[in-house]
Amino acid sequence: MCVGVPMQVISIDGDFAMTEVDGVKREASLMMLDQEVKVGDFVIVHAGFAISKLDEEDAKATLELMREVYSPELMG
Amino acid sequence: MNYSDSFRDKELVQGLARRIAELTKGVEKPLVFMEVCGTHTMAIYQFGLRSLLPPQVKLISGPGCPVCVTPNSYLDRAIALCRLPDVIITSFGDMLRVPGSSSSLMEERAKGADIRVVYSPLDAVQLAAKNPTKRVVFLGVGFETTAPTIAGSILAAKAQGLTNYFVLASHKTMPQPMAILSADPDLQVDGYICPAHVSAIIGADAYRFLCEEYRVPCVVTGFEPTDVLQGVEMLVRQALAGESKVEIQYSRVVRWEGNAKAQAMLADVFTPFDAPWRGIGVLPGSGLRIADKYAEFDAELAIPVQVEELKEHKGCLCGEILKGKVSPFDCPLFGGKCTPESPVGACMVSSEGTCAAAFKYGR
Ligand code: SF4
Ligand code: SF4
Repeated sequence: MCVGVPMQVISIDGDFAMTEVDGVKREASLMMLDQEVKVGDFVIVHAGFAISKLDEEDAKATLELMREVYSPELMG
Repeated sequence: MNYSDSFRDKELVQGLARRIAELTKGVEKPLVFMEVCGTHTMAIYQFGLRSLLPPQVKLISGPGCPVCVTPNSYLDRAIALCRLPDVIITSFGDMLRVPGSSSSLMEERAKGADIRVVYSPLDAVQLAAKNPTKRVVFLGVGFETTAPTIAGSILAAKAQGLTNYFVLASHKTMPQPMAILSADPDLQVDGYICPAHVSAIIGADAYRFLCEEYRVPCVVTGFEPTDVLQGVEMLVRQALAGESKVEIQYSRVVRWEGNAKAQAMLADVFTPFDAPWRGIGVLPGSGLRIADKYAEFDAELAIPVQVEELKEHKGCLCGEILKGKVSPFDCPLFGGKCTPESPVGACMVSSEGTCAAAFKYGR
């Protein structure tokens, strides 16, 4: 039930942001977010609320690290 | 950007699985890890992750889906409310098919009750604003991810001065059932795959007491296949080293301290109570009900109704399933009398339920 979807902020109007993923747009309340967001940031949206920022750099770093450690050619 | 594709990369998934197999080579007693989040359950079935893991690693499902753990008594009250002529019930979709003692919201809707599925509790507030002669009741179930959104809807209704918006609240909080399961001598859990988005709110620190009191490793894990497998690898490493600490695999979203604003909203609007869990019973302090200062929004207090006498479903093993003691395949009703089309127990209703996931994706 609390599946949050990662969405990108495309505009901000007061307490609300318009967010988008794969062409689907959704309004999200920013009432619950305790981090600053700006247009272009990614947030996890659940039931009409942005619940958390998604750290894009961290996601990339995680993936890179996984690729380094677990890709078959490197594991031998 | 599409993260999910990269986090589903087949080679990465296989590499992770191979690493886990290497790590556990020669381990005699299988390591048992429990996921307590329905979305994890679904991911594990959907991506066939169990079949990728060596026999030394067993994944079991716990009380992870809020729909599954909502008891008959709650549904009976919702059903009684929906029979009132001036009430509109609003809810997330899954709740409609959960059987109460003798009916379900779906059946009531077929008989003419005004029951609407909404995407956000804010939609329910809007509905109340547009229908001043009706009383709009939102069915507030869910764990710490969902509860703050309901708190937000109450705050929004208050700010708009609405007197016709109500919540029938029976929220659950996650760490308590994990502590109860950890203390159960019948159940050997070697580590928890901690929920992703619940943890975004409560913070990874919330599990520290489990590690300290019950010596059980906890890893907060994301929902993608690589996330789950990396989480399992982290649990394996801890278990083999005899460690028990909290680790965050899902660091792109989850912080140690969680979301302070959402926590403050929960603390303001709700107050802890001894909540009943389907099949498990009443767990002290494991639920959130509406605080006295917002009592006018509490459907239970503001709209008195006669609720029918409670009846439990014979033969359903939901309780044991939710405690991770049996698998859906052990239930004699599974796939016969009980299917997603006509569920007997709640675990078969929500797509995140253990029985529903097992039915859809098989072993
Ligand atoms: S409500 Fe959240 S924690 Fe519960 S099953 Fe759904 S995703 Fe998992
Ligand atoms: S198969 Fe149906 S009856 Fe059996 S435990 Fe699951 S939900 Fe309950």
